[in-house]
Amino acid sequence: MANMSTELAVEAHGLVKHFGSTKAVDGVDLAIPAGSVFGVLGPNGAGKTTAVRMLATLLRPDAGSATVLGHDVVRDADKVRGLIGLTGQFASVDEDLTGSENLVLIARLYGYSRPAARARAAELLHAFDLDEAADRQVKTFSGGMHRRLDLAASMVTSPRVLFLDEPTTGLDPRSRNQVWDIVRVLVDDGATVLLTTQYLEEADQLADRIAVVDHGRIIAEGTASELKASVGSGSVHLRLVDPAQRPLAQEVMGRELGVDVQTTSDTSALSARIDGARSAASLLPALLDAGVEVSELSLGQPSLDEVFLALTGRPVDDESDEEQVA
Amino acid sequence: MSTAVPHPEPDGVATRERAPHTETNPLRAAISRRDQPTPPGPVANALTFGWRALLKIKHVPEQLFDVTVSPIIFTLMFTYLFGGAIAGDVQTYLQYLLPGILVQTVLIITVYTGFTMNTDITKGVFDRFRSLPVWRPSPIVGALLGDTVRYSIASTITLGLGFLLGFRAGGGVIGVLSGVVLLLVFAFGLSWIFTALGLVMRSPNAVMGTSMMILMPLTFASNIFADPSTMPGWLQGWVGVNPVSHLVTAVRGLMDGTATFTEVSWALVAAAALTAVVAPLTMRLYRNRS
Ligand SMILES: Nc1ncnc2c1ncn2[C@@H]1O[C@H](COP(=O)(O)OP(=O)(O)O)[C@@H](O)[C@H]1O
Ligand SMILES: [Mg+2]
Repeated sequence: MANMSTELAVEAHGLVKHFGSTKAVDGVDLAIPAGSVFGVLGPNGAGKTTAVRMLATLLRPDAGSATVLGHDVVRDADKVRGLIGLTGQFASVDEDLTGSENLVLIARLYGYSRPAARARAAELLHAFDLDEAADRQVKTFSGGMHRRLDLAASMVTSPRVLFLDEPTTGLDPRSRNQVWDIVRVLVDDGATVLLTTQYLEEADQLADRIAVVDHGRIIAEGTASELKASVGSGSVHLRLVDPAQRPLAQEVMGRELGVDVQTTSDTSALSARIDGARSAASLLPALLDAGVEVSELSLGQPSLDEVFLALTGRPVDDESDEEQVA
Repeated sequence: MSTAVPHPEPDGVATRERAPHTETNPLRAAISRRDQPTPPGPVANALTFGWRALLKIKHVPEQLFDVTVSPIIFTLMFTYLFGGAIAGDVQTYLQYLLPGILVQTVLIITVYTGFTMNTDITKGVFDRFRSLPVWRPSPIVGALLGDTVRYSIASTITLGLGFLLGFRAGGGVIGVLSGVVLLLVFAFGLSWIFTALGLVMRSPNAVMGTSMMILMPLTFASNIFADPSTMPGWLQGWVGVNPVSHLVTAVRGLMDGTATFTEVSWALVAAAALTAVVAPLTMRLYRNRS
């Protein structure tokens, strides 16, 4: 047991947090090896932020226990705080201060001397491509700059374990790629990252292992390929000019691909899981031969929605169960 | 427990695309593992947060507008508008009013403590502070320290204007300074209430509204503006127990050079009681915030 806890950066057993009748986190077990990226994938309200806040010592669990690098998040909270970095879902830097002042503030709180804090702030600003923003108030930053400063603030002392709560939600693709690069460098350097996201693609790009969460519980865990295997490695999406042709298109698609074709609430759309682009190659000619007017045909990775549908049998936004009553 | 099996070997992850290995990469250099500095003590932590409060004053000087303009308006308005009616002549009234206006000005500013704290919470800045290995009460203590700077600015302006208009302090420099210090001590105690509100209320504006509702009866239904002996009995009852009245009496006495030990003690007891009761409650709310 002692041996195991030295290998695990984050470990949780039966973590629970309820808010009134909302079971935000409802019995979560985690075992995240040091030096890896762990993705927590789930829709809005799944309990990702609540779980991260408990692991980062901001919230006391109602039940269960968790350790970070072997230190209990409740009993040794101060020790844990000295080892972790946290970038919350909503940027947590002071909008009134400049980029540089924000980092100097954090560095001073860690115990850097005034000159050392200034030097550290300058180094981080340069590394995070924020040189020109050093003396600007954060409220003038773009979304991507804001996020990068937030990340820089989490790395003032190079934490061994970093919690990133939806680090790319709301970012443009370029900023998102920058954040991804930062995570890769971090892990290369031996840090452990727990990252929450709503995008399967992001978890796929970054995470060694992924836990899919729903209603405060982990409903599946594995590598990205294991998860994708459970839903098919890709999908084809079809959009029709005329919704009335949907039954016809569904029949053609089912025949050509040899799989179940899903319909959604969008009356002119259809989608199906496939094992690779090749199997979809004959689909377009077949549809055209049958007289189906296609407005859009696209191939893609399975989305979170599709993973969800496969794992739970219901779409992500289906709130028909207990949540509605609560 | 089947899911809890750690990675068989670190190489299992090496197939994924990784950032380029260049030692000159500034990002890699900046986030590579480094020694942690020695953790600073509680006082250093609190002073750092105080420094932050000063930076905010520097960047948002508008917040000093209330601090500087409202005492000027209050002093001028009450002295010249009501002075004659309340006390017979303007000079006599100024002599009575100025210490009270000083108290009112500073107490109104205490409300901003809770407002600022709530803004930090709603913006997520507090989460960052709470995730750092710092002395737990330091963000709050630091904010209160920063506030004393604002109180001092407001006091200086109010007193300066008062002297310009002809206020004479029988207690001399010592009397005036001890009056201000007593006021700062009381303000520190009172601001714990607004800090607690800042921790529990949902939005900065809700904090502001509620705080003002608490402050109004404390300042207006007191002996700041008029001698309570002309008030109806029920109001006299409240004014008599209102801690702000005791504070105003003590500050007046100190500035006038006629303060008694009892007057000053009452104000100190009120400040101590506020701190003793509300500060632990505030810290409890702070620790248990979800
Ligand atoms: N402080 C809180 N008080 C009450 N309910 C909360 C609180 N925080 C989160 N919740 C509820 O807990 C559930 C999980 O929320 P959250 O952890 O934020 O999910 P996610 O980050 O996955 O979107 C949601 O139903 C949310 O409304
Ligand atoms: Mg969240």
